[in-house]
Amino acid sequence: MLSAKIEIIQRLKREILPLESFKPVKACSKPLLDFPPIERSFPQQVFPEGVVHEFLSASPEDAAATTGFISIILGKLMQEGGVSLWINPGLNVFPPALKAFGLEPSMIVFVDIKKEKERLWVMEEALKCDRLSAVVGEVQHISLTESRKLQLACEKSRVTGMVLRPVFAKLNTIAAVSRWRVSHHVSDPGDDLPGVGFPCWNVALEKVRNGKPGSWLLQWHEQRLNLLKQEEIVFTQPLKKVG
Amino acid sequence: MSRRYMVVWFRHLVADWFIRQQPHLQDVPFVFVKADHGRMVISAASVPALQHDIRVNMVLADARAICPALEVFDEIPSVAEIVLRKLCEWCIQFTPIAAIDLPGGLVLDITGCAHLWGGEEQYFRKIRQRLSQLGYQVRCAIADTIGAAWALSRGGLQDTIIPDGKHREAMLSLSPASLRLDLLLLEKMDKLGLYTIQSFIDFPSSILNRRFGELLSYRLAQALGNEEEWIDPIFPVAPYHEYLPSFEPIATKTGIEIALEKLLKEICYRLQKEGKGLRAASLKIFKTDGSKGEIKIATNRPSNNAVHLFKLFELKIEQLDPAPGIEVFLMDVTSVEDTEALQESLFGDLQSLKDSHLAELLDRISGRFGSNKILRFLPAPHHWPERSFATANSLSATTEVSWHFQMRPLRILKTPERIQVTAPIPDYPPMVFRYKEKLHRVRKADGPERIEIEWWLDGGLPRDYYCIEDEEGKRYWLFRTGLYDSEVLPVWFIHGFFA
Repeated sequence: MLSAKIEIIQRLKREILPLESFKPVKACSKPLLDFPPIERSFPQQVFPEGVVHEFLSASPEDAAATTGFISIILGKLMQEGGVSLWINPGLNVFPPALKAFGLEPSMIVFVDIKKEKERLWVMEEALKCDRLSAVVGEVQHISLTESRKLQLACEKSRVTGMVLRPVFAKLNTIAAVSRWRVSHHVSDPGDDLPGVGFPCWNVALEKVRNGKPGSWLLQWHEQRLNLLKQEEIVFTQPLKKVG
Repeated sequence: MSRRYMVVWFRHLVADWFIRQQPHLQDVPFVFVKADHGRMVISAASVPALQHDIRVNMVLADARAICPALEVFDEIPSVAEIVLRKLCEWCIQFTPIAAIDLPGGLVLDITGCAHLWGGEEQYFRKIRQRLSQLGYQVRCAIADTIGAAWALSRGGLQDTIIPDGKHREAMLSLSPASLRLDLLLLEKMDKLGLYTIQSFIDFPSSILNRRFGELLSYRLAQALGNEEEWIDPIFPVAPYHEYLPSFEPIATKTGIEIALEKLLKEICYRLQKEGKGLRAASLKIFKTDGSKGEIKIATNRPSNNAVHLFKLFELKIEQLDPAPGIEVFLMDVTSVEDTEALQESLFGDLQSLKDSHLAELLDRISGRFGSNKILRFLPAPHHWPERSFATANSLSATTEVSWHFQMRPLRILKTPERIQVTAPIPDYPPMVFRYKEKLHRVRKADGPERIEIEWWLDGGLPRDYYCIEDEEGKRYWLFRTGLYDSEVLPVWFIHGFFA
C-alpha cells in the first residue's frame, strides 16, 4: 500500500518537473559539472541547463569570486566549442584570466551596454538564439516580470542564462531556478608554504527549485573543483515560491 | 537608316584624370614613369610637360635634363582602362551602346540618339562641354563608320561632324596613321611617299594587299564602310535598387512592414542569384506632402536573408514618421559583398562563430546600439596587462598567439586606482592597504612580478605586481610603479580582483 503511494508520488514528481522547466535527463548523459556534491542538490542530480540561474555578489571582490565560479560553469557548457555572450557593462572582465578557469576567452562575445533596460533586451534576444551555449548578463535591477521573460526564452531555446547581480540594497525575488552566492574564503597553501594558495570559495546555493539548498567550501586546483567542506542550509522559514 | 558613330579621344587621359584627383598639379609639369629594361620610361605626361618637349616613351633621365622641375609619379597599373571604363559608364546617359577603345578613346554608337538632344550639333556640343567641365581635353568626331570617326578624331585638327555619306571626302587629306595601322607599315608607306590617304585610296585592293599586306585594305574598307566593324559595348552594373509606389498613401506600421517585406524579397532574390550579400542598405520614403524620411541598417556579415534583414529594419520603423502618408518606398543597397558559400569548417572551433544565426543576433544588437558595443578578444603578444589582449575585428578573426597562462585577476579596473599602503621597503609586499575607505590587512602575498613597459611602444615606469590576499580571503592585484628610490616614496595602485 505504502510502496504504491510512493510510486505514485514519484511519478507525479516526474510529471511536474518538465512543467517547472526541468528537462527530463537522459540516462546516458553525463552530469554537466561532473561534481556530485553540488549536483546532488538539484532535481535529477544534474546541473540544469536551459534555465536561468541567479548569482549574487555584494562587493567587487565577491563579483570576482562569482565570475570565477561562473567561468567554470561556462567552460563546461562550452566544452563542445560553443559560443557564449557575456553582457558586461564597462568591460571589466579581464579576458586573459578566463583561460585559467577552463574557458576559451576568444569564444566569448562581450557586449558593453550601459543602460540596464537595454541590457535586459539584449539578454532576452540572446537567450532566444539557440546557437549560443550560454548567456551571462550583469544586471542590477530586474523585475519579476522581466526575469520570467528571460526564463521563458530559455525554456524555448534551451540556452542557459546566468544573471549576475551586484546586491547593495534590498533584494527582490526573480524567476530563477537557483540562487547562488559566492564569496572568498581564506586560502591554505598547505605545508606552511609562503604565498597565496589556490582560489578558495564559499559557494552557497541559497535557493533551488525542487532541490536541496546547500553550501560548500570549494577549491579550484589543476582545472578541477575540490570539496573542502560541505554544509546543508536549513531555512527556518519556507521560501516563497515563484515562477 | 545609316549608322552614326562618335569617337571621343582623350588626348591626355591619365594626366587629366590625375589633375582631377590632385587639383594643385594643374600647371605643374609631371610625368608617370614605368620601369622598362632597367630604365625609367615615361608612360604619360601632363600638358605643361609636353610643352617642354617631353614625350611619352622618353627616358626619365633625359626628361629631367630638359625640365629639372619635373614631378615624377609611378605609373598606376591599368589606370587608363579603369578611368575609361568609368567614363564609358558615364556616357551611357547619351547612348545605350558605348565601348572602350584603348588607349585613350571611347566609341559611341549614336544611331538614333542625337535627335533627343535636338540634333547632332547640340548632342556633340553637349558631350564635349560636359567632358571639358570634368577637366578632360578631348577631340571628337562623328561619322558614318567607326574607322572614319576614329581617323578624324586622331588625325583631324579640330572636332568634326561629317554629314551622312561624306566621310570618304573628309578622310582624303589625313595621314595613313589615322587608319589604325602598325608602326612598321607606316614607316614603309612614309618611305614610298604615301603621306595622305588620298594618295592610295583609289588603288585596287589587290595591289594594296600585295604591297602592304591585308591589314591596310581591311582598315581602309572599314573606314569607308565596305567592311562591317563591331564594337564590344560595356554593360554597367545595375545598382541594387528597388522601388515600390503605393496606390493609396500609407500611414500605418503594418503598411510599412508589408512594403518592406516586398522590397526585401525582390532584393534578396537578386542577391541570392548573384551570390552576394548585403552589408548596408537604406529605406527611403517619399510622402504626399513632398517630405522624405530614411532609415539605414548595416550587418556584421553579408546577408541575403530577407527575414533577418526585415528584423533589422523593423527595429527602426519607429523612427519613420509616415504622416500624412507615404507614396513611394525606395530601397537602396549601399554596400554589397560576396557571400561565402556555407561550408562545414574543418576546424570545429570557429565554426560556431561563423553561424549565421549568431551573426543575425549580433546584427540586431549592433543595429540598435552600434557595432562598437560588441567585442571579442584575442590574445596579443604583449606582457603589459592593458595590451595583453586585442579586440578581434571580425567574428572569424583568429591569431597565431596563444593566451598566457599567468596568474591574472578576473575583474580588472579600467584605470588603476591610487591606494595608500604601508609596505616594508624595498620590495616586500604591503602589510596594510586602504582601498575605498576600507583597511585591508595583508595575510598572504605573491610577487613581485615585474612588468616592464614596452619602450618601443610607449614610455613609462615599470610596475611591480603583487597578488595579495587579505584576512577575509579576498584577493587583489596591486602594483608599485617605478624602481625603488630611497628619496621618492613609491606610489601604489590597485588594478584588479582575483577570483
